[in-house]
Amino acid sequence: MAGADERMLLTTPFHSRVAAACETNCWGNWKGYTTPNSYIDVELEYFAIRSTTGVFDLSPMGKYRVTGPDAEAYLNRLITRDVSKIREKRVGYTVWCDDEGQVLDDGTIFHLGPNDYRICAYARAIDWLLWSAEGFDVCVEEETQNVAALAVQGPTSCAALMAMGLSGLDALKPFGIEYFDFEGEQLMVSRTGFTGDLGYELWIAPEKAEDLWDRLFAAGAPHIIKPFGMEALEMARIETGFIQAGVDFIPAEETIRQGRSRSPFELGLDWLVDLNKPVFNGRKALLDEKSRGSRYRFAILDVAGNKPANNSFILKNGKQVGVVTSAAWCPTAKTNVALAQLEMPHGAIGEELVAEIYYQRELHWTKVNAPCKVLESPVFDPPRRRQTPALPY
Amino acid sequence: MTDYDVLMVGAGHNGLVCAHALAKSGRKVLMLEAGDVAGGCAATREFAPGFSVSSCAQWLTQLSPRVMDSMSLVDHGLQFAARDLASVSLAEDGDHLVLRGAKLEGANISAEDQLAYEDFSARMMRFTKILAKAFSTRAPKLVESNFADRLTLIKLGLGLKLLGKNDMNDLMRIILINMYDVMEENFDHPRLKALLSLDGMLGSHMGPRSPNTVFGYLYRRVGNLFGYDGPAQLRGGMGALADAMVASCKAAGVEIRCGEAVASIDSEAGQVTGVTLASGEQFSGKLVVSNVDPVTTFQYLVGYRNLETGVVRSVSNIRNKSGTAKLHLALSGLPSFAGLSAELTGHRLVIAPDMNYAERAFNAVKYSEYSKEPVMDISIPTVNDPGLAPDGQHVISAIVQFAPHEPEGGWDGHRQAFTDIVLDLLERYAPGIRGLVTASELLTPQDLEKEFGMTGGHWHHGELSLDQVMMMRPFHGANQYSTPVNGLYLCGAGSHPGGGVMGLAGLNAANEIIKRVGAA
Repeated sequence: MAGADERMLLTTPFHSRVAAACETNCWGNWKGYTTPNSYIDVELEYFAIRSTTGVFDLSPMGKYRVTGPDAEAYLNRLITRDVSKIREKRVGYTVWCDDEGQVLDDGTIFHLGPNDYRICAYARAIDWLLWSAEGFDVCVEEETQNVAALAVQGPTSCAALMAMGLSGLDALKPFGIEYFDFEGEQLMVSRTGFTGDLGYELWIAPEKAEDLWDRLFAAGAPHIIKPFGMEALEMARIETGFIQAGVDFIPAEETIRQGRSRSPFELGLDWLVDLNKPVFNGRKALLDEKSRGSRYRFAILDVAGNKPANNSFILKNGKQVGVVTSAAWCPTAKTNVALAQLEMPHGAIGEELVAEIYYQRELHWTKVNAPCKVLESPVFDPPRRRQTPALPY
Repeated sequence: MTDYDVLMVGAGHNGLVCAHALAKSGRKVLMLEAGDVAGGCAATREFAPGFSVSSCAQWLTQLSPRVMDSMSLVDHGLQFAARDLASVSLAEDGDHLVLRGAKLEGANISAEDQLAYEDFSARMMRFTKILAKAFSTRAPKLVESNFADRLTLIKLGLGLKLLGKNDMNDLMRIILINMYDVMEENFDHPRLKALLSLDGMLGSHMGPRSPNTVFGYLYRRVGNLFGYDGPAQLRGGMGALADAMVASCKAAGVEIRCGEAVASIDSEAGQVTGVTLASGEQFSGKLVVSNVDPVTTFQYLVGYRNLETGVVRSVSNIRNKSGTAKLHLALSGLPSFAGLSAELTGHRLVIAPDMNYAERAFNAVKYSEYSKEPVMDISIPTVNDPGLAPDGQHVISAIVQFAPHEPEGGWDGHRQAFTDIVLDLLERYAPGIRGLVTASELLTPQDLEKEFGMTGGHWHHGELSLDQVMMMRPFHGANQYSTPVNGLYLCGAGSHPGGGVMGLAGLNAANEIIKRVGAA
């Protein structure tokens, strides 16, 4: 799996199949792995996610295994949530902070079994995870290369996977984990994803990756299954209001300048912070922030017009009060969505602001001051995302 | 349940200084000491029947006069057996070099070296004054705009500025380099260079060519400003300082319980709640002061699981490797050093023939080996204080560098071999001394760690180097005696300014606690 020389990006266990499907031959670098930006056409891929089933190779996602008698105690000190509430065979979304209460990363914690967890993260986190292990009876190992993973997302995803033989999958609740046999190898399926729709993530040994891809696409054909790349994922996740590390916030360990990192409160993730836990990284700083007030507020904006407000300044009465971190015209919700960080006290639900959008046509630059409004909730949140049993669309 | 305002973990000399000041401010203080006696590294112990020795620190070189006065130590029985002792750099042929105050004698020392030393010493004293000022108060934080901190920084800056351009440039230049280079720049005589560079590496894990040794030298010279023109010796050994401090503390109402090891410093949601003894007995309290070293405090007593990851990283990064051993000998008579007058036998005797010898001695410990030819700082306290041994008999206490914390296979297999190396070395300077030895005791860094509760066996509770002094001591987040755990304070050598039986860490800590918590 290692590149032929150290300058070469790594390939994932699905690479032979991904490369064959990638008609655009348009690739990007995801944390050292070569991954398609698109396969055929970004719009078509996006609509596969929203209307049928899209498949995304998420093998480059950082994966860390935490085992041992102190696994729960270790994670409880590491992350902001109460880990004891993530039961076995359940997944929890969370963030973790440094001592200053600044977000190092967001990710998911899989409770695989007694004293056995997996952390999935955007940033490479092994150093921080090992430093945090001092004083705990735990074993922390990176297993990014040991696990191949596919996201199977969209309304017909459950039907497609059941057609592949995962019987009973429809009964799996959101954030649940189930195990299946796949040609003698264990296939783990979690009802999780980054698209805000009904969807699953499949986790398997790298040796079985290609077989899994082949059987999934064969079984899924009647359910109109298509692979999708980074760009389609970006549209889907903005539409559903998910923040992306490295885009909507910079992981605290990667920031160089003072004040460029963000706290969970400043990212709209208050609900992930359990200040009643006696000890966790960032607790003291977050308590301080709670009493002192935050510097920024995260907001989902409905921007007038159809020009995506990428990198726009957000104005209030002509004065700059924030910036857009992610933006897209969202086809299903038919809304021009922007994720923004606004200086306090701005960003209250319903507040009306202006996005200063610059765009060019044939090197002719135009500025639009588009009115926008702070939304209460994401624009895409279908009931089928949570419905159990999942319906065979 | 508890009736105490302050619970103190450990009753070393800095702890006693701190407890005394806190008691004087109207607080009820309980000190819990694991050892049989209070005083920490200021200790006298009988190591063979009838033979006593200062078991850790052997010279008093820099006890702050503010501590002396505030604790009325003389009134509480402190007596000097000798003061302002000379340092004698021994020569095998008996032509010893003697440094008495700023005067050099013997060993064909040149007039140039004499003049150069007077000039060098005067310059070092000007530098030392700036340090002494910074040592007398808490270390300033750099980023937070606190008035007191700014004032300290302004004073530091002003102190530098007032040195004048040449001196300031020189200080900024040499503070980051090493004693070897500075000695080469200033002097010719090999033993003079080695003697002075030894002062920069005593107790440390450094050789003459190691960076930070100039800081170590200046740190030691702070003692001159405190009235010590050379080492002093206390009547009854260093334990006499502990006794006087204990008496002073008791008079101020401090309660001291020895033989009570604290097993944990208890905290709840980042707030200290008390301490639990090894016996299981618990004391609750909202103010706990730790006199033990930072690693012991945070790793073993508070527990890493109760601290945030960044703090744990800082604590585990503390450099506290020691390379220092102590040798104690009981002698049936006064040893005779070739060419050394009886009077000088009671002074500080040093074996460090030249800087390369010292550097080679240091080389060994980098690889967890002990020096085949160590450097030594020797005291024969019974010359000035006969009470430490039976009539006509003597003891030797010597600092021996370098010895690793753990040689390959452990100390059991090496203890006798290293003792023999040191005795053979002594024999070269004092023929016949081996025949006088009736008992010996070698305290390795591991033994010092165990006996005095210092992680790594480091007598400063962490290397005195520029990455670990001032606002970096012991680490960012615990640099003004308060710690990441609310209500838990540090007062030991691991805090600013450091160890060396100076007492300022304890005194500064008490002032900080009184300022933060308010008058009782």
